[in-house]
Amino acid sequence: MNPIYVRRRRKDIVVRGLCIAAAAFGVTWLALILVTLLYNGLAGLNLEIFVADTPPPGSTEGGLRNAIIGSLIMTVLGVGIGAPLGLFAGTYLAEYGRNDKLTSVIRFINDILLSAPSIIIGLFIYGAVVVPMRGFSAIAGCLALAVIVIPVVLRTTEDMLLLVPNALREAASALGLPRSLVIKRIAYRAARSGLITGVLLATARVAGETAPLLFTALSNQFFSLSLNKTMANLPVTINNFVQSPYAYWKQLAWSGALLITLTVLALNIGARILGAERTAK
Amino acid sequence: MSDLSVSVSSTGRAASPTLPEAPAKVTVRNLNFYYGEHHALKNINLTLGTNRVTAFIGPSGCGKSTLLRIFNRMYDLYPGQRATGQLMLDQTNILDPRLDLNLLRARVGMVFQKPTPFPMTIYENIAFGIRLYEKISKSEMDDRVEKALRGGALWNEVKDKLNASGLSLSGGQQQRLCIARTVAVRPEVILFDEPCSALDPISTAKVEELIQELAEDYTIAIVTHNMQQAARVSDKTAFMYLGELIEFDETSKIFTSPSDRRTQDYITGRFG
Repeated sequence: MNPIYVRRRRKDIVVRGLCIAAAAFGVTWLALILVTLLYNGLAGLNLEIFVADTPPPGSTEGGLRNAIIGSLIMTVLGVGIGAPLGLFAGTYLAEYGRNDKLTSVIRFINDILLSAPSIIIGLFIYGAVVVPMRGFSAIAGCLALAVIVIPVVLRTTEDMLLLVPNALREAASALGLPRSLVIKRIAYRAARSGLITGVLLATARVAGETAPLLFTALSNQFFSLSLNKTMANLPVTINNFVQSPYAYWKQLAWSGALLITLTVLALNIGARILGAERTAK
Repeated sequence: MSDLSVSVSSTGRAASPTLPEAPAKVTVRNLNFYYGEHHALKNINLTLGTNRVTAFIGPSGCGKSTLLRIFNRMYDLYPGQRATGQLMLDQTNILDPRLDLNLLRARVGMVFQKPTPFPMTIYENIAFGIRLYEKISKSEMDDRVEKALRGGALWNEVKDKLNASGLSLSGGQQQRLCIARTVAVRPEVILFDEPCSALDPISTAKVEELIQELAEDYTIAIVTHNMQQAARVSDKTAFMYLGELIEFDETSKIFTSPSDRRTQDYITGRFG
């Protein structure tokens, strides 16, 4: 055989082997984490988790009800505040401000915000909301999560709207549609699954955030629906319980971690399915 | 369409004895157009006759699509493009900066090169445009949708699946859906920007037939790369080259005895 070809083929085998090894290395750790999580989390997963509140120190009964509800409330409100802002801002960048100088400035700042450590955002809300309000509160937690949601949704919204072919906008304009309707009825509809995917991914992102809540909503041993008081939530509860000396608390932390992981997994799968629908069209 | 030599088809409009001069629907006077610094159209003068089909031919980049996109101020969507001169639609000055563009575009419809069905049902694709300007009952709307789809020569193919997505249709059907959608809002002028260049020959024939029927009620301007098509569907033909209008005359005259050398060269395939 041609020696040049033989050498090239040998190189190819080596490089391919290295790629597979690198991929296997990454996936192995992920698998180990998931298996450990499933093994430890499933052991404590029972109905009590969902109906009983977090126990006092030393107790061997209790669940995570207040933390689950608290996480749900703050995630929903955080996304509820952040997603519309991100959608509108992304719409501005992709539709109205496409040829604006301001657009590239906003995009640059948004990219910085997108990669900002969440603990910084927690500290920012601590200074901007918690200190003036003289206390930790659920609403501060919601705002911190919203600030994390905005750049994620803004980015996906802009990207998805830019994928909508311009011919479609021209066709709609040619019918006599005002700009606002071209965006609302045509561009949004064409990009719908992509926009929803963005919101789902942002939800998945904030569902497990701990750092921004540590400085804002803190935690609460009891069940509370008040937005003006501290509110229990899964990530901070896990953080606290894992560091405790009590075996039962540690068990609850494992189960809570499993719950968050499953939720994030479900959101990601949902986003994937919507994404597949989009490309199928 | 395999025949490259251009002969005026016996079925085409141009074959009929020259139609009487129609009253002007659109009048273009000393029109110039700029893409930023680039002077794309130079001193264009012509008229579109009422209920006549006017074809624009010429090599790529000659400005024919650019001219078409001025008739409904499509260029306004993009910065840095401007037109000077005079462009009248009946008594309306199309270039008036205070003109309501949405109302203008309701009067001057446009069909594009690539079919652009909206991401909604076939029914909604039609009803959508109507709802912008009229509030009518469900049964009236059903009538209007049917009439528009018949007008687009599509009704028989889609009447049993009006709730299917417009994107599920074939390319030729999508293009006729776009024509039906344009007709549905009852414009006065319809602009066709190479409407058949993405279609197969059978769909092309259907669309051409449709354009001829539409000329009964609408004033039509069509840009095409296909000279046979221009010969088949149009009453008058404008030949453009490098941003200038070289020759504008009866289609039969342009294709049989053009007066300009460049027109002659182009229609015989010597360049372009």
